[in-house]
Amino acid sequence: MVNSFPEEVLEHVFSFITLDKDRNAVSLVCKSWYEIERWCRRRIFVGNCYAVSPGIVIRRFPEVRSVELKGKPHFADFNLVPEGWGGYACSWITEMSRAYPWLEEIRLKRMVVTDESLELISTCFKNFKVLVLSSCEGFSTDGLTDIAANCRNLRKLDLRESEVMDLSGHWLSHFPNTCTSLESLNIACLGSEVSFSALERLVARSPNLKTLRLNRAVPLEKLSTLLRQAPQLVQLGTGAYSSGIRSDVYLGLSKAFSGCKALKGLSGFWDVDPSYLPAFYSVCSRLTSLNLSYATIRSPDITKVIGRCPNLQRLWVMDHVEDSGLNAVAFSCKDLRELRVFPSDPFVADANVTLTERGLVSVSEGCPKLQSVLYFCRQMSNSALITIARNRPNLICFRLCIIEPRAPDYLTLEPLDVGFGAIVEHCKELRRLSLSGLLTDRVFEYIGRHAKRLEMLSIAFAGNSDLGLHHVLSGCDGLRKLEIRDCPFGDKALLANVAKLETMRSLWMSSCAVSFGACKFLSRKMPMLNVEVIDENGTLDSRLDSCPVEKLYIYRTVAGPRSDMPAYIRTMDQCRVNTIS
Amino acid sequence: MDQKRSSLNLFEDIDLNYKATELRLGLPGTDDEPEIKTNLSGNKRSSSEMESSTCTDENESRSAPPTKEQVVGWPPVRSYRRNIVQNGKTKTTSSSEMGSGMYVKVSMDGAPYLRKVDLKMYTSYGELMEGLQKMFKCIIGLYSEREGYNGSQHAPTYEDKDGDWMLVGDVPWEMFIGSCKRLRIMKASEARGLDDHSQ
Repeated sequence: MVNSFPEEVLEHVFSFITLDKDRNAVSLVCKSWYEIERWCRRRIFVGNCYAVSPGIVIRRFPEVRSVELKGKPHFADFNLVPEGWGGYACSWITEMSRAYPWLEEIRLKRMVVTDESLELISTCFKNFKVLVLSSCEGFSTDGLTDIAANCRNLRKLDLRESEVMDLSGHWLSHFPNTCTSLESLNIACLGSEVSFSALERLVARSPNLKTLRLNRAVPLEKLSTLLRQAPQLVQLGTGAYSSGIRSDVYLGLSKAFSGCKALKGLSGFWDVDPSYLPAFYSVCSRLTSLNLSYATIRSPDITKVIGRCPNLQRLWVMDHVEDSGLNAVAFSCKDLRELRVFPSDPFVADANVTLTERGLVSVSEGCPKLQSVLYFCRQMSNSALITIARNRPNLICFRLCIIEPRAPDYLTLEPLDVGFGAIVEHCKELRRLSLSGLLTDRVFEYIGRHAKRLEMLSIAFAGNSDLGLHHVLSGCDGLRKLEIRDCPFGDKALLANVAKLETMRSLWMSSCAVSFGACKFLSRKMPMLNVEVIDENGTLDSRLDSCPVEKLYIYRTVAGPRSDMPAYIRTMDQCRVNTIS
Repeated sequence: MDQKRSSLNLFEDIDLNYKATELRLGLPGTDDEPEIKTNLSGNKRSSSEMESSTCTDENESRSAPPTKEQVVGWPPVRSYRRNIVQNGKTKTTSSSEMGSGMYVKVSMDGAPYLRKVDLKMYTSYGELMEGLQKMFKCIIGLYSEREGYNGSQHAPTYEDKDGDWMLVGDVPWEMFIGSCKRLRIMKASEARGLDDHSQ
């Protein structure tokens, strides 16, 4: 039956199947489906660039149009991954430049990208359309010059949160006058000023431009000029949002905003002067996304804005919003799906803002669609967490960061085990969880028992013993990424759950109690894992088996040990060779 | 010192020369770091609390909890977010003038003498109106963008930096106090001429 359809029919049917998961399932049905599917797969996602080699991917999928790769572990965002760790995009881009001449889209996250690679992209892929570099580094504005100058059909250039060597702003002037295809431009991370007239002309000749995220250097007085050229914008990131006291600037801006009938999302707002906030009031009622997380404005000003945004689905703010501002969110924003509250002063012990657990409880009560939370605060209680869990069983992502490590329930001084336990028990669809505060092995027992859909778990300064880690590894059936720092987890739990490690994308453990000996054992027993030990003291060769490793990164792979490790990282089979000789 | 051994019954089949970590439970700020036998001397990068205890049993290093700056990567905030408030602090978030008090003259039509108000005492138009109403024993009422102060006996106006007389309430508060030089509470009948709201 399966072979009675001609290839073309099957290929047509497969073209409606877009999710990677489903495509993978299709390819497992039989050999002929595998063959047909691999020739018509257009989009691939590699969650860990070292899990597979470019050669293997290219051999299996010869006609790819879109590639997404991720490199460094997530904890690299917080400086836990040393310089030179890896994540180089070069080999991928070089091989793809030969194998995929019709490649259109490249999306990279936490990878090291060079100017040479950018030049290669701009010249080898004749129909290149989309470049997203998320939290990447290693390139300069020279590379961007090549992208601007050579990619004739560029639709999207998004540099979100990348670290770019900012040599000058001239690169933007290299977009040729014939380039009119731009739909999305995000240069928010760049420090230096781009030529405003070049930017204005680019915006003016891009009728399909829907997303424009400016950098801080674009002055507020020029913003209205851009908005007048692009009233069709859907997402806007402003530059610096202050300009002295100039009513002409204010009125021009206000009028320009009111002309943007399609605007749904706002971000930027560096250096905010609150007197300019009302300039965008006219778009507030349509806003679904608002990022004020760079705006150091006080709660009353934030509250005034929020009160005008009843259709908000995503809100990012700093803790200046305070509990009172979050009460306003709970009252006004009934469609809210995602809330992120960032700390304004993460390194002082006492807050100068009144942001407590009450704000989050309030939002959990008032916003029935709330699914995703990232919340930095300085106090939390089990009762608040239980209330939140009961209010919002539909939570999918819950990331709580209590700023003081090992902070207990501030009311009872007990660990927060029961509170987080309630979260995992009530929120049955929870996919991502970050823990903080004082936690014993008990919380991991709850997590292992209830968090069956959990895919990513972040743990810091928690637990008492290997039992904690064992609960997680043995209980969380859907676990893909686990990252742990400063916990007393050692060898026992890892070695009791070796098979689990092959079902996950990766495991990161730093400042824990895993020994060299255990790493070697694991490496011997599990050839499909790369067990990488990081030791910046340079004493990898002389370590005793009983010594704990500094940092450990374990991931499954079909590509074998990688060849681009710096001297302070070894895979454990390398170490084995060293000790034998 | 209370010590609690972790329960290791689950892992009896593992044949390793392994020594359990020991952990005492306690409140933060007390000595609750686990002991780890390690050959590490001071490590410049990972200065977490756990590694402050060494084989040589230097208890002094564990007595004071580290300040936050010493713990690498905690709290988990990306580096580009850390500088925002520092930069924000160097700028004044309010556009009002520095200095003590912002007194402006207030006149009311028909009143024998002028008064002075400190605009810095107020944070909004509503508060200013209340203050003026109390001071002059009059009723000014509520501002609306379309109607101005229709429906009341008086209309508050101000002279701005350019010397023009404006209706109080059109521009945001901070902008108003930055440009207001004096106030005049006009009779509503005379204020009709100011009603130039293009619909």
